[in-house]
Amino acid sequence: MTVAAERLPLSGRSRSGARLVARIRHHALTAAALAALVFLLLPIAVVIAFSFNDPAGRFNFTWERFTLDNWANPFGFPDLQGSVVLSLEIAALSSLVATALGTLIALALARHRFRGRAATNLLIFLPMAAPEIVMGSSLLALFLNYSVPLGFTTILIAHIMFNISFVVVTVRARLAGQDMHLEEAAMDLFASPWATFLRVTLPLIAPGILAGGLLAFALSVDDFVITYLVSGSDQTFPLFVWGAARVAVPPQINVIGTIIFVAAVALMVANVLWQLRRTPKGAQ
Amino acid sequence: MHFLHRHRGLVPYLLLAPGLAWLALFFLVPMYYLGYTSLQTGDLFSGYAFSWAWENYSDAFSLYRGHFARSLQYAGLATLFALLISYPLAYWIAFRGGRWKNLLLLLVIAPFFVTYLIRTLAWKTILADQGFVLDVLRTLHLVGEDGRLLATTTAVVAGITYNYLPFMALPLYVSLEQVDRRLVEAAEDLYASGTKAFLRVTLPLSVPGIFAGTLLTFIPAAGDFINAELLGTPRQQMIGNVIQSRFKEVADYPQAAALSFVLIAGLLVAVLAYTRAVGSERATQGTVA
Repeated sequence: MTVAAERLPLSGRSRSGARLVARIRHHALTAAALAALVFLLLPIAVVIAFSFNDPAGRFNFTWERFTLDNWANPFGFPDLQGSVVLSLEIAALSSLVATALGTLIALALARHRFRGRAATNLLIFLPMAAPEIVMGSSLLALFLNYSVPLGFTTILIAHIMFNISFVVVTVRARLAGQDMHLEEAAMDLFASPWATFLRVTLPLIAPGILAGGLLAFALSVDDFVITYLVSGSDQTFPLFVWGAARVAVPPQINVIGTIIFVAAVALMVANVLWQLRRTPKGAQ
Repeated sequence: MHFLHRHRGLVPYLLLAPGLAWLALFFLVPMYYLGYTSLQTGDLFSGYAFSWAWENYSDAFSLYRGHFARSLQYAGLATLFALLISYPLAYWIAFRGGRWKNLLLLLVIAPFFVTYLIRTLAWKTILADQGFVLDVLRTLHLVGEDGRLLATTTAVVAGITYNYLPFMALPLYVSLEQVDRRLVEAAEDLYASGTKAFLRVTLPLSVPGIFAGTLLTFIPAAGDFINAELLGTPRQQMIGNVIQSRFKEVADYPQAAALSFVLIAGLLVAVLAYTRAVGSERATQGTVA
């Protein structure tokens, strides 16, 4: 404190005291932020670490010893492989359809004037805000009232439904960040609207569409609540984990979880890099 | 193409139609059937019939009041903790992140890349009776020798807080990122202390983020049942647990539907009251989705 006071001969004691307070606050903030990051990342570290565990009993909850066996045969547990395959199928199909439908909506919202915009925005927003248990139970109520057999189709319908809004938001963000001059230039050069869309708009928003599709894929692979309600006896990967949590938690669950985590992070980083490279210098 | 050229006004509607039809058919229409089912009576074997069975709703309140109360309480606590934990984090990234901002934001959403159920099971490991967290707490005598973390209310609230934390942190970050630094500097030039500048300038400007974050955390948290199921005991069961077991295990569809309906109606009322309290204009300004 005396050093600080010497350096600031005019300010006196109270000023240096204030400096010390500011300094403490500075470090306290950093400490709180780092603690929050540790809180966020600790369970991820546990998931990855326990994929290398050799559990003593049926539950992979306490550390015994290091092994690579789980990684050597990630599907060495009945029904696990089938559930992962089903999850991937549903995710691929639902993200494909939702990306198509969502991109069309995003184009309408970003490039056209029309009546009913507020209602459209509300209908896009609600599925993102409503609790999953309510969406799942209302879909189940619909299917029950029409005696629709529960299974692959009903899961697919539900996943497309909750994915559309997220695609719309992602693609619209990309459309909003892109200036319309290029499209206008193409039209001025006598390109038809269709040609303009295919040759100018689509290549420009492609990274946004891909990002929307990836997000939809990830949400689909991760979904439990809605899937659980409309699934009948079919099992996606999260449903397998749910069933397993009651009787046995094999370390293979952590292996698949780690693979999903690494793949998702890698794809997201790749997409961000792609978007950065395609953004003209100085534009953002 | 000729047809579209002549009727340009139709283009947006054609673009919207397939997606909005899907949402109407599989999001809005099901809400009607939820209400319809909630007024039915019957059972799995003899079938269900619509009968204006309002008793499903009176049962919902009389039999499951505790579950509703617990859902609101746990979701409220988790929202509060999420706010307290993520505000410093969001502030730190927005004001001190520098060139690391994007990487730090990736770390904030990293939990989303681990399957929900698996990251909740990881908490089971962390809070386990032989786990290191409990060891530390025992050493510090914060927990008695035979005290537990797992299967307690603390564990459930901690799990919910963790699982929805990014929903709080991201909108907070967005609103803090938009705070005009010159305003903070101006306050300090006018001899406001750091604390005062924060309380009078930064904090009020981040209200839209707090508003969006609390809603995005509270709403899904109130419907959650995974944390109560995996980290709690039957004494910590929330309304989501009852709804899922009525649907999936007991096949008491009308009761489950009535409970769902009460949950969504209750949340709507809460959201509207909250919006009014914060002031919708103040709450939405600056948060352009």
